[in-house]
Order: sequence, then structure tokens, then C-alpha cells
Amino acid sequence: MSEVNKVEITCAVNGEERVLHAYPMARLLDALREELRLTGTKEGCGEGECGACSVLINGEIVNSCLVPVAQVAGAEIKTIEGIANDQKLHAVQEAFIQHGGAQCGICTPGMVIAAINLLEKTEKPTEAEIRDGLAGNLCRCTGYMKIFEAVVRACQEEDVKV
Amino acid sequence: MSSPKTERRFVGKSVPRKEGRDKVTGAARYVDDIRFPEMLYGATVRTTSPRGRIKEIIFGENVPWDEFTIVTAKDIPGENYVALILNDQPYLVEEFFNHTEEPVLLLAHEDKFLVEKARRSIRFEIEEFSPVFTIEDSVNKREIIWGEDNVFKSFLVDKGNVDEVWESADVIVEGEYLTGAQEQLYIENNGMIAIANHEDGVTVWGSMQCPYYVHKALIKLFNLPEEKVRVVQTETGGGFGGKEEYPSMIAGHAALLSWKSGRPVKIIYDRAEDMAATTKRHPSHTRHRTAVSRDGKLLGMEIDFTVDGGAYATLSAVVLSRGTIHAAGPYLCPNVRIRSRAVATNAPPHGAFRGFGAPQSIFGLERHMDKIAKTLGLSPEEFRRRNFIQEGQTTATQQVIHEKVDLSGLMDRAFELSGYNEKREKFAEQNKSSRLKKGIGFASFMHGAGFTGSGEKYLESVVGAEATEQGNVRILAASTEIGQGTNTIFGQIASEALGIDYNLIEVAKPDTSNVPNSGPTVASRTCMIVGKLVESAALGLKQTLVGSGFLKDSGYTSEDFSNACRAYIEKHGALKSFSKYQQPEGINWDDEHYRGDAYGAYAWAVYVAEVTVDPTVYEAHVDDFVAVQEVGRVINPVLATGQIEGGVAQGIGYTLYENVVWRDGRMANNQMTNYIIPTSADIPPIRVFFAENPYAYGPAGAKGIGELPMDGAAPAILSAIENATGVSINHIPLVPESLMEELETETI
Amino acid sequence: MRAYLPDYELRVPKDLEEALAFLANEPGMWKPFAGGTDLMVLLEAGKLEHTKFFSVWNLAELRGIEVTDESVTLGALTTYTEVRRNSILQEEFPMLCVAARETGGIAIQNRGTIGGNIVNASPAADSPPALLAYDAELELLSSKGARKIPYKDFHTGYKQMKLRDDELLTGIRLPRTTKSLRHYYRKVGTRKAQAISKVCFAGVAKIEDESVADVRIALGSVAPIVLRCEKTEAVLRGKSVDERTISAARAALINEIAPIDDIRSTAKYRLRVAANLLEDFLKTVRDGELN
Repeated sequence: MSEVNKVEITCAVNGEERVLHAYPMARLLDALREELRLTGTKEGCGEGECGACSVLINGEIVNSCLVPVAQVAGAEIKTIEGIANDQKLHAVQEAFIQHGGAQCGICTPGMVIAAINLLEKTEKPTEAEIRDGLAGNLCRCTGYMKIFEAVVRACQEEDVKV
Repeated sequence: MSSPKTERRFVGKSVPRKEGRDKVTGAARYVDDIRFPEMLYGATVRTTSPRGRIKEIIFGENVPWDEFTIVTAKDIPGENYVALILNDQPYLVEEFFNHTEEPVLLLAHEDKFLVEKARRSIRFEIEEFSPVFTIEDSVNKREIIWGEDNVFKSFLVDKGNVDEVWESADVIVEGEYLTGAQEQLYIENNGMIAIANHEDGVTVWGSMQCPYYVHKALIKLFNLPEEKVRVVQTETGGGFGGKEEYPSMIAGHAALLSWKSGRPVKIIYDRAEDMAATTKRHPSHTRHRTAVSRDGKLLGMEIDFTVDGGAYATLSAVVLSRGTIHAAGPYLCPNVRIRSRAVATNAPPHGAFRGFGAPQSIFGLERHMDKIAKTLGLSPEEFRRRNFIQEGQTTATQQVIHEKVDLSGLMDRAFELSGYNEKREKFAEQNKSSRLKKGIGFASFMHGAGFTGSGEKYLESVVGAEATEQGNVRILAASTEIGQGTNTIFGQIASEALGIDYNLIEVAKPDTSNVPNSGPTVASRTCMIVGKLVESAALGLKQTLVGSGFLKDSGYTSEDFSNACRAYIEKHGALKSFSKYQQPEGINWDDEHYRGDAYGAYAWAVYVAEVTVDPTVYEAHVDDFVAVQEVGRVINPVLATGQIEGGVAQGIGYTLYENVVWRDGRMANNQMTNYIIPTSADIPPIRVFFAENPYAYGPAGAKGIGELPMDGAAPAILSAIENATGVSINHIPLVPESLMEELETETI
Repeated sequence: MRAYLPDYELRVPKDLEEALAFLANEPGMWKPFAGGTDLMVLLEAGKLEHTKFFSVWNLAELRGIEVTDESVTLGALTTYTEVRRNSILQEEFPMLCVAARETGGIAIQNRGTIGGNIVNASPAADSPPALLAYDAELELLSSKGARKIPYKDFHTGYKQMKLRDDELLTGIRLPRTTKSLRHYYRKVGTRKAQAISKVCFAGVAKIEDESVADVRIALGSVAPIVLRCEKTEAVLRGKSVDERTISAARAALINEIAPIDDIRSTAKYRLRVAANLLEDFLKTVRDGELN
């Protein structure tokens, strides 16, 4: 079988224009981690089940393990590294620290992305909406209670020390 | 206690997790986030059938094999076994193999896609031997697959004379209880990076719970002196027992490939490999025969407990030990005999998983207690209350309980918080007319903290504290942060002991070249045992500062302390203090007769579960969960609550969702898509409450907490399902397919 | 990643015409690749047999939801998220919205498409039972022209379908005839979210004068294809929903479906649950509780 060549893909990552050199079917996850060394995005299952690899593409959450690089030409991608503004954490990140939303931390970047995505679509989500919004992100440490609490607190701006 | 001030400044406060910021920003570095120049990617070629002999290895075509580093058993410089307890598990198969996921060959190449292609091209020519897959077949010696009788280890606990009770007993109740395997499913897969060569020795970095286990195993594998082996823990994305022993295997493999290739080698398992090849919770089978008086007093208990250890001994003996000791629970019974054994099957070895044998035997006991109550015509709670162990009474191992135990009080609290009594009545009424059936049930239990019996005495754990040039105090311990909060509670314990700011305490990354052996991060021992050593090592540091005149004994500020550290270092050089474990007076354990003080302390608990059973689809859903426990002093309420919530969630998974599908000794559903753990949409509100009763030998009064929450969910949920449906079920996982079999007797 | 990436091609045509040219020039050589939520999983597991794909993800021609008086037409690339958010679908085709909500998590819903779900042809897919119950029609296009086919005739066997090598699924047309119907959708998948269904039931019915004036039933995960259960429907049509009818319908359904044992469930469970859901559906529509 003849081998396919790598392709050049231009996209914006965390607001910066980047050029990826990868096999067309390479996972966005690998391009971010290996090529751009943005290792905050994690791999948990490689099949879109755990959500540890969540990133935002054009403002919508996706599993970066299921997105081939060839499909992100021209896209705007945001990873966990692009969430905090300089030294100032996002309210969701701060709430995760204050309220025990992170334990082992491996699901945390994806969970933070999912929580931010949820709050961008639904300003004050109900408990049912939080459960639905985070159901694509598996956590094995927390039993989710502290994560729900962190999300609820993150919407109550005055309670969050940003 | 040891704090210089009476008011606690850090213990009991929910200070934020030390490494929290790195975790929420993605800055924390896990093993797969690390890369070295010239690094190769390693892969493991495994057997594909359960038992046999490899006759030939066939390398596939269209693979540039000359570019690969290939390691076989012949390349091992030292011993070909993973040093642990019995040393029976090889690093690489030489000829004979005993399960479907045994490592045979190791490959490395700089192109990770090519490594995978190469791995998949290799075939074995095999002579197959007859395998054993079930506890029953192993016990009955259908084939002898391990040692002389398939038994890795057996125990006998004997209290009083159980043989004499049967004749005079009013009622005798028998029962059989089964539990399945469970995958730890930490979200970070296993992985290691190694740099190994003749000059510098072996260094590995990776995801693990027990750096000194890996250290010990590598010393044997390479036949190197201790100082030539270095093990460094990277940020670890969950363990739950699953990274207690198997990391020694992966570390060895990566190091062998590096040793041969002369280049750094990284091995990262993908989810399918991690699930299929690494350890799971031991399946178990428990038989109970119990004598009770008409008025509901336990007279005699005969318990037979068997766990499936898989193909090699690994940790089965110690898992069995904990399961055995917990098998009679927190009840007073004058005559108890527990026989237990861990047996071999041709499945990948089962290993540590939160609770370590106790969830299995407690499940059997608590289901059986419900059955006895029903037989006697007592409510399950009333029967428990008549038998709860009290201060001054003895456990099955004849350990006298020296602390105040109030299980009845915990039960009252749990019932009040869950509305147990009202709901029992309400549901009984509602269920008459409702399609959905609701129920509420509970379990009462205990969990011993620290190593069993003399374990801690032999382990002789050491913790260090050192002053830094910045005027901070750095804790040196091999105890790993795996999400449970080690860094944070060590910081709290040390700051409390020294009366200085929490932020002045650093916790060193576990690295065997830099930290002493504080023992493995297992068995709910990190806070109670190692935390106590942190406290005393920190106090030792202070003593030196006071003794040398740099610090007042009391009334100093954090700044004074920092200045004292700096001044000391300037004048005398490095300042370190070490503390070694000494068993508290009065703890005695007879290992031969399995008798005496099994654990220094126990945590006590009553958990209540509320369920809805949907008979249309045979699904049971947990609607509410109340967890009440006494764990000594709580060091950090947010972390402690998080531990309980997480453990309960894993327990709910263990009970209703998580089913390892076995096909010829291999996990067939080794994908997250097909091995179902609960999502955020499935977990009920978990309401956690602590009763505090400070333990004299724990740091600031703390006991162990990590494993406890794993024990209670399964029996509480099945008790609730019995309440909802009237059907008593004695096995888990109770997936809908099984619940259907229990609820429906007629054909379709 | 168990696949060898240099074996896999993924081209990106600039428009629909170029996409059709891939299919026309080398029929059978190229396959469309949409949101990747199924194909990437196979790739990762080293089980993606086909190696040459062209991406349809960026084809604007296949996006959008078009509404006329008679029908609603979903572009093949309509994502689950778009389905969930669409108010006409919520009102007139609620089962489709529930199916979309229960497919994966939000990240999957953002990438998974209705067209991809159909062409992937998994018997465990969540939307197809709803589409079958709503009498959906598929729009197929090749460089030679367009054609339409009732969805119930599309799947012919496990992963087999009436789609020519040169054709692309472009749209799914739903007739707006659902206003008088009662809808009942239930996906059974052990857990509440992120589940692959073990049984999936979609049914609509119209009850007039206490008897079944119209009924359409489709099930997933109980046969090699997602199945429209016309024999069961025939047993029900014109009957009043009483115990005898329910019993006859259960018997008909059990004969009509052919579930198997696999790692997710058992044939026995699927059979019994399918029959239970049918009964629950009938009682629910009879008693007037809308889904």
C-alpha cells in the first residue's frame, strides 16, 4: 500500500495562528499534544467516551480524539491552556480549586472546558442541566458532587474569588 | 495534642489542594506529557490464549524489523520475576504462559505508529493446555494450574468454639454470596518512561502509587545495587489500587527496552490494553452459616470466603487477609470461624482495588445479616442493634476494641438524615399501586486503617522533614498524591504541628533518590500512619531549631520560623529530621493463629441507599445516598467529603453498572463504551456526614478514610432493592439483565 | 492509536460537486467522512478497514434544516445539537430530539450527524428508530442525479443499504403529519447518558374512538438493522388497546425481532424489554400520557 503524505493545516489555537504538519487522519488530540506541546488536553479512552480530550472548536465543545486534523483547517481552537487570562484564572477554574472539583486532575481540563461550554450556553443552569452538560466527561475520583458544586459556585460570581 | 496552640489553624479547615492550580490549568505533568530527546516508543506483545506453551514466534511481513529494538526473556540481566510477595509472575514469558495477556516480547521504535503496526503483525504458534476460569473449578482442582493445589494462600480465624453452637441454636441461617470483578478505571492509563544503561543504572518516571515497590522490583530485574535504581512518580491520574503493583511490570519493560536500545523509552498503555491486561478487583464467593438465638443474638458464625486471584499470586494473599478480617464485621459474636483462600485461575492476576477484599466479604456479611433478620422476623436495623460491637468487646480476631464505638448512634443519624423510617412506610404504601417500585436500605460496617497485623511494624516507614534555604519546610515521603490529597493533608498536618503558615510547607515529589521509604500508598494508611510520621518529623525539625537557639519554643510567628531555618542552614548547613514508625504500645498480633490486634484503628459507618426499580426495563437507580461515618478527626472536610463521595460512586458502579464480561479468561468489554461506569447523570446526591472521635495515635486525631466508602454501597443498595421488590438478591454486579432473571420467573 | 496513520487518506473537497466527483470517478474507492464520531473510534481501535475517505464536514450544501408546509428536511450533516435546539422538531418530532439528547455527551452531539448515523448503519443507532416511526424519506445524490427512497426500505441487512457507490446521502425528509400522533421513545442503555443502546423503542400512534387508528413502531438493537415492525403494527391497527390486544402485540413483536447475545446484553433481555416497552407504549398512548 502506498503511504499517504503529511499535510499542512493552518488553524488558530488559543488565538494564535499555527501550522500543523500531520497525517490527514491524525487526531487533533495528538497534534495539540505532540506537535504544539499543549499537553493540558488529556487522553483517557481514545473513543469519545471520557471527555478528557475536550477542546472548543469555533466555540463548541468536541472530543479532540475524534477530530481528524484535516477537518480543522481554518478553525479556531481553544484548549485548557487558553482558558486562564494571563495569571487570572477563569471563574470555573477558581471554583474547581476552592470547592474540591479536582482530585487526581486528569479529567479536570476536559471537565473545566465542558463546564465553561455549559455556562456559555446556559447562564444559570439547573442541576439537571449541569448533569446533562457534563455527562460526556467521566470522572472516577469525585463522584461528581464537588464538580456540580464548583459549577454552581462559578455562576455565583460574587462567591468566587477571582 | 501536638499543636503548640489549642486552637487548630489548619487541621479541620478546607485549605485548597496544593497542586490544584496546576491541575485546573493543564500545567500538571503526567507521564504521557513528558518527552525526552531521542526517545523511543515501546509496545508489549502479549499472549492470545489462556494457558499453554509458546512453540514459535512468527514475525509479520512488511515491517522493517532491523530498525526495532526487540526484547525477550533472554535479554533480562537479573531475575525474570516481578518481585512482590511470592515472585511467581515473570516479566516476560519464557515458554509457558498462564493467562491471555501475558507479556512475551517488547518492541521499541521511534515511530509510534510503526510500533503498533509491528506489534499487531506478530503471531505465536502455541500448544494449548486446558485452562481454569472459575473459583469452583479451581477449588475442585479440575486442573492444577498453580502450585500443588491452586491455592495461593489460606487463612483460618478461630474464636471460641463454633462447633458447639449448632446444637443449641434456636435458628441457623445459611447463605451464599457472590461478587464480580471490577476495573479501577482511573482516567489516566498506565505509563512509564525509562532511561537505563550500564553506567548510570536505571531511572524510571511514571504513574504509580508505590515508588518503592517499583524500586524493589527493578533492583531484582536488573540485579543492580539500590543506589543504581531511581524511581520518580509523575503526577498520577488516579490509582484506586490499580497502580499499586502493575507499574512495576511496565517500569521493568520500559527499562529493559532502554537498556538494550541505549535510548529513553516510553510505554503508554491505551485504554483497551490497560483494561484487558492490568489488575482488577478479585471476584469472590462467600458462604455463611450462622447460629442465632430467638431474641436475635449472634451465637456462632462460620464463614467461608474465597477469592479468585487470577494466574499469579501478586497481592492476593494480602487482599485475602483484609477480606478475611472484615468478614465478620462490626458485630459481637462469641464463636467465629472464618476459613478463607485465594485460588488461581487463568485470568490476568487480580489485584488491589480500594477496599482490598473488604468490600467483597462485607457484601456477603451484610446481605446475610438482612437474611437472618428476616428469618427471625426482626427488622434489619433492630437485628444489627442487638449485635453491634461495643467498647471493650472483641472482634473475630479477638481484638479488644479500646475506643468508644457508637454504631447505634451512627445508625440513628443516618436514618434521621435519610428519612429512613418514614420512607420505609411511605414506599410500602406507594408500591402497592405504582409501576415503579421504591425502596430504602442500609449497611453498617467498619474498615481497618493501615497495614494488617504486624505489617506496619515490619514496614518501618520513614518520613523526613527538611528546612529549605527559602525558609520553608519540605516534607520528604514516598507516599504519592494520586488525587486523594496527600500533598495537602501533609501540608496541613505539618503546619499545624509547627504552628506556621500552610504555604510554608512544601511536599517533595516522590523520587527514591530523594525521599525515604514511607511505605506504599495503600490501605488507608497515608493519613493515619504516614501523616503521624509527618507530624513527628516536623516536630523534630522544630526541636533542633529550638535546641540550637534559633527559635523560641512557643510564641513565634511563621516569619520567625523561616528566619530560624535560614539562620540554621547558614551556620550548620542542611537541616533534616527523620521519623520512623513505632508501633503504639499494646498492639499485638499473632500471625500464625491470625489473632489479635488486626488494625490500629477502625473507621465505623452506616450508609443508607434509596432506590427506584423500573420493572419495565429491570433497571435499579439510586435516588439518594446518605453516608455517615466516624473517622477520627477530619483533617480537611472538602477533601474528606470528596473521598467519601468518590468511593460511594465507585460502589454504586460496582453494584449496578460495572460488569466485566469474561470470554475465555479475557475481558471482552475492555472499552469505556462497553464497560459502564456511572456518569454525572447517574449518580444520586451523595450526602456525607462525619462524626468525630479523635484517635490518640493519628495525626491530630485522624484515622484512615480512603477505602471505607467502597464497602457500604453494594449491601445498602441491595437491601434497598429487597425493600422495593421483596426479592433478596445475593450477587453483584446486579446489571439489568441479572435483575430481570431475579424478578421474572415465567418465560416471555 | 492502533491504526497505522500513513495508510489513511482524508481529502477535503471544496464543494459538493467536487465531493460527488470523488464518488463518480472511482466508485467504491472513496467513502464520505462526516463528524467522525464512529469512524474515528474504529480507526483508534485499528478496526477501520476502508482507508480512503473524503471529508463532507465542510459542505454547506448538506447543512441546515429546511421547513415547508408539507415537510421538514434535515441536511445530512445536521448535528444532534442542531436537532436538539430546533423548535419545530421539538414540537412535531419530539422523539428525534430526545434521541439526539440521549446520543453521547454534548461533545458527541456537536459532531455526530443524522446522515452519518444513517449511513454508518449501526443497528444500535438512536435516531433511526425515530426516523422510521416518522416515515422519513432519504434524499440521495450522485453526479448523475438525485433520487428519493423511503427510509424503511433503505437498510437491507447488517451494514447493508441501498446506497450506490457513487451516491451521497444529502437529506432526510420528514412529512409533517405528526400533529395528531402520540409519541413514545425510550432508549435502554444501562446508564442514563453516554450509552450504546441495548434496546431502543420509538413508537407513534393515533387513538380514535378508543381504538388504534394509526401506529408506527421501530426498534433498535433487536435485529441486524434498525427495524420498522410492520407485522406488529398490523396486529394493532383498528384494535382497541385492551389486555388481549397487548398480549397479541407482544407475541407478534417477539416473532418479528431477532435480538442476539453480545457483550452489552442478552437476547433474552432484549426480547422481554422490547415487549415490555411495547406494552408500556400502548398503555401510555391509550391513557393519554404524552411522551
